[in-house]
Amino acid sequence: MNSIIYIMWLRQLKRYWRSKARMIGTLGQPILFLVALGFGLGAVFQQAGQGSYIEFLAPGIVAMSILFTAMFNGIEVIWDRQFGFLKETLAAPVSRTKIMIGRTLGGATVAFLQGVLVLIISLFLGFHITNFIDVPIALIFMFLIALLFTALGTAIASLLKDMNAFPLIINFIIMPLFFLSGALFPVNNAPNFLKIIIRINPLSYGVDGVRGALTTSSFGLLLDFLVMISCIIVVNLIGSYFFSKIEV
Amino acid sequence: MENKNIIKVKNLVKKFKDFTAVNNISFHVKEGEIFAFLGPNGAGKTTTIKTLTTLLHPTSGEIKVNNYSPVNQQDEVRHSFGIVFQDPSLDDELTAYENMEFHGVFYNIKKEIREKRIKELLKFVELWDRKSEQVKTFSGGMKRRLEIARGLLHHPKILFLDEPTLGLDPQTRNHMWQYVLKLAKDEKMTVFFTTHYLEEAEKVADRIAIIDHGKIVKVGSSKELKKSTKSKSLEEAFLKITGHEIRDEKASSIEGLRTRRKIWGGRR
Repeated sequence: MNSIIYIMWLRQLKRYWRSKARMIGTLGQPILFLVALGFGLGAVFQQAGQGSYIEFLAPGIVAMSILFTAMFNGIEVIWDRQFGFLKETLAAPVSRTKIMIGRTLGGATVAFLQGVLVLIISLFLGFHITNFIDVPIALIFMFLIALLFTALGTAIASLLKDMNAFPLIINFIIMPLFFLSGALFPVNNAPNFLKIIIRINPLSYGVDGVRGALTTSSFGLLLDFLVMISCIIVVNLIGSYFFSKIEV
Repeated sequence: MENKNIIKVKNLVKKFKDFTAVNNISFHVKEGEIFAFLGPNGAGKTTTIKTLTTLLHPTSGEIKVNNYSPVNQQDEVRHSFGIVFQDPSLDDELTAYENMEFHGVFYNIKKEIREKRIKELLKFVELWDRKSEQVKTFSGGMKRRLEIARGLLHHPKILFLDEPTLGLDPQTRNHMWQYVLKLAKDEKMTVFFTTHYLEEAEKVADRIAIIDHGKIVKVGSSKELKKSTKSKSLEEAFLKITGHEIRDEKASSIEGLRTRRKIWGGRR
């Protein structure tokens, strides 16, 4: 049974590895954010007595790159439908839950690797890791973000047949998720209405988990972890349900 | 076990919104039989195959495949058949070998047998030399051959072939049928295929169901069809039974409707 999940996972990785353009292309945006915001707003941030902005920003941009890659992974479901491969998997005597798990793990691994690349790049742009013992905790949170949003992207893609609609809908969702997550600014200084929004945004806990592991947390790592795990379970259940209803 | 019916269909209807693709058809296929669905484009052949293979839910009617219901016992049904689709269903980014291997794992074929059969089948479809190339570099005919090899990999009890030889040259076509028929005999495999080539149906099938506008008009062996209509050729019989030739304008206007439905259907 695990061989099904494994081969689905392996397929995603092979596709990722073979598409170098995609790998490099998705690095462009995070680098731009790090350079433009990190150096552009850095001076203001420092003057306001908040310390180095790039130290604050980098975990947020790592989370952003994972969020974007993970959500756009969902488009593979639509591709597979368009190019027919979905039929091959759906006509096989294999439970759709396993297909969904393999797909989600594969997509999440790809998004996670993309996040690791961004983290490494941020080190060259002035981000410091003071305590390397904390890195594994940051990596766990990065993988949780990847899992949650790959599942969400796949769930949305299962409902859509239209390849053109997918990026529009995904952009409509990821932009508010990202900007209202505390990835770019400290939550504690935000006005109250914004704090509430940030509190109900699941990405906030992922960002805080990564940042908390590497620098300082505002919510506490345990809460971050529990919220992420609960969201992952709920979204995966919903996603599996939608995926099981696909007809081709 | 002589006359066991491995596929039973009773009053099957499949509607897409207001379009009836399959209109109340009933038929059965015996175990070990080579059974053809013969009809023009848009007659409902692919839709019937999709309902038999669990990919579409029927609107109404009763279906049994290998004594299981494709609606309620999907896994059992999926274990029973192999399928070669009309449209491509390969992963272009993977190599020919990886596509085969993927299929082998999905159908739970043990590693040693899998490797042996993949080699055998890829050699048979003359793709062994290019096994490590990504499928996106293949021509249409090569992809088709790979799909056929893949459909045969798990030696299914029933093999569904949806227009299997579309786009193949006559030589590969003969070659493919030789292999399929040999496998059918050796493994007592039932073959259900759709085609709009009269010669193919006549040459290969034990029995032929003529399907037109979503209805089965007549079922019988090529001989019986010709005899009952007092025709010399199957082509003539087809003309007498349906009132038109297999590739005439009526069929294509239905095809046009289907295409329009496909284009606009998703956006309503």
